[in-house]
Amino acid sequence: MAFFKLLRQSPLSARIGMAMILINIAAAIFAPVIAPYGETEVVGDVWLSASKDHLLGTDHIGRDMLTRLIYGARNTIAIAFVTTMLSFLIGSISGFFAATIGGWTDLTLSRVIDILMAFPTLIFALMVLSVTGTSITALIFVIAVLDSTRVYRLSRAVAMDIEVMEFCEAARLRGERTWWLMRHEILPNAMPPLVAEFGLRFCFVFLFIAALSFLGLGIQPPTADWGGMVRENAGAITFGIFTALWPAGAIAFLTVGVNLIVDWFLHIASGLKD
Amino acid sequence: MVAKRLALGLLTLIIISLLIFLGVELLPGDVAEAILGQSALPETVAAFRKELKLDLPAHIRYFSWLGDLAKGEFGNSLANGRPIADLIGWRFSNTLFLATVAALIAVPVAIILGILAALYRNSLFDRLISMATLSTISFPEFFVAYILIALLSVQIIIFPSISNINEQMSLFEKIHAIFLPCLTLTLVVVAHMMRQTRAAIINIMASPFIEMARLKGLNRTRIIVLHAFPNALSPVINVVAINLAYLVVGVVVVEVVFVYPGLGQLLVDSVSKRDIPVVQASGLIFATVYIGLNLLADVLSIISNPRLRNPK
Repeated sequence: MAFFKLLRQSPLSARIGMAMILINIAAAIFAPVIAPYGETEVVGDVWLSASKDHLLGTDHIGRDMLTRLIYGARNTIAIAFVTTMLSFLIGSISGFFAATIGGWTDLTLSRVIDILMAFPTLIFALMVLSVTGTSITALIFVIAVLDSTRVYRLSRAVAMDIEVMEFCEAARLRGERTWWLMRHEILPNAMPPLVAEFGLRFCFVFLFIAALSFLGLGIQPPTADWGGMVRENAGAITFGIFTALWPAGAIAFLTVGVNLIVDWFLHIASGLKD
Repeated sequence: MVAKRLALGLLTLIIISLLIFLGVELLPGDVAEAILGQSALPETVAAFRKELKLDLPAHIRYFSWLGDLAKGEFGNSLANGRPIADLIGWRFSNTLFLATVAALIAVPVAIILGILAALYRNSLFDRLISMATLSTISFPEFFVAYILIALLSVQIIIFPSISNINEQMSLFEKIHAIFLPCLTLTLVVVAHMMRQTRAAIINIMASPFIEMARLKGLNRTRIIVLHAFPNALSPVINVVAINLAYLVVGVVVVEVVFVYPGLGQLLVDSVSKRDIPVVQASGLIFATVYIGLNLLADVLSIISNPRLRNPK
């Protein structure tokens, strides 16, 4: 299996990254099994320090921090993943489309995307959310659309290179339709760069949602979410209670993990030997 | 080239302003109903619509809005009825102050570190810096900020965790007050800028004319100063300007963490209060600065590159 062969050759940093991600995914999937308490269950006094019953202490209204962190992994990662998938769906289809059809479609789409990209994402998202109000659906759509501009750029560039190859020409002469061409000729060949980009975009989307939740405009309480948890517990930091650093650290932990793997992918894709 | 780029920038700005304006038009119902609530009497809503000039057609309102903006009149806040220009002016200068101080520290540090890392590629120094910057990029801004607060304002009490500044403070007091937000921004921006500078320099050091110079037997300093540096100028200027643009936007989260009275804080507050005129105005200001800096990046890199300056 090529996949396992690739895994065996992976450098130490990428293996550490994979372990970090696996821990997070396991926490997300088995949350109800491993979490010691319920997601929104109040179990004790506020801001208890770490003890045998509460390994990471309790939060600002007395919920178990470890439990919140584990459920937070589930909500935060799931939402970021869905958003990234949606962004890739929109971005790569329109990118491939622009590259295969070319002409006016390509020109119009590209100019529109240029303008969207000239606008700072965070500000754009804030403005849209002020109009739509903060709901998870609005959040996912706004971020996916904004982020798909980057995916569009990459998939269009990659598809442009593939589209001029002989096998695409042959398929075209055979009379295959654009959709078939995109699905069977371009997509398989565009996979490697898109996968590396997926990691990068996931990190970006994940940090973006965390930032919005931290600003109080993302995922709303009482749903456990890392960005929101930082916001809720941040006030106590000046009193020497560092509970807020746990969810913030969890965000950093996951993104470092993904970045370590992305670095390795980019290294393979660039073809450098050293 | 330059004129074409400037025109494109202006066009982008106009379209952005149109988008910002239209975004509010697409609201279900309208601003008046959103503010007064569903239980408001129809007459009250109608009167309020008149006050907000919502009864005029959209294109007329757009142009009168643009005209007012050009005169520096932003209208009144819906939340407290105060003129938006008063709210924004002071806060915008605070945001610029914070971003400028951070930029003054970050730009030289990042460029020097980036060049050193590129020249001593794959050495221990380079690896250490790469590790450090990779983790700083992965950290959300607020994580860096709270770690700094925990270390420098709780464990050792040197700097305030709340950066409150006012006009009576001397420059030194102001800098002391904004030290932590400034350090946070610097750390995040330096990481990005340094990685991109390193990549740009490595790219140039691998080009044939550098190899030629090396084969001629020129010494290292001469190669770097006379051959590599002029060619690296364009990508480095680009990197700096793009990161400054990033800085202006990254300031939003940092301002909220440190309760700094800046434009970002105002924007976030207004979004949660749905004070749409304030959101429009501050969003447009952020967008203008951002687009302006990106424009500057492109213009400077055209000017610093003879091949682009004199197109065939």
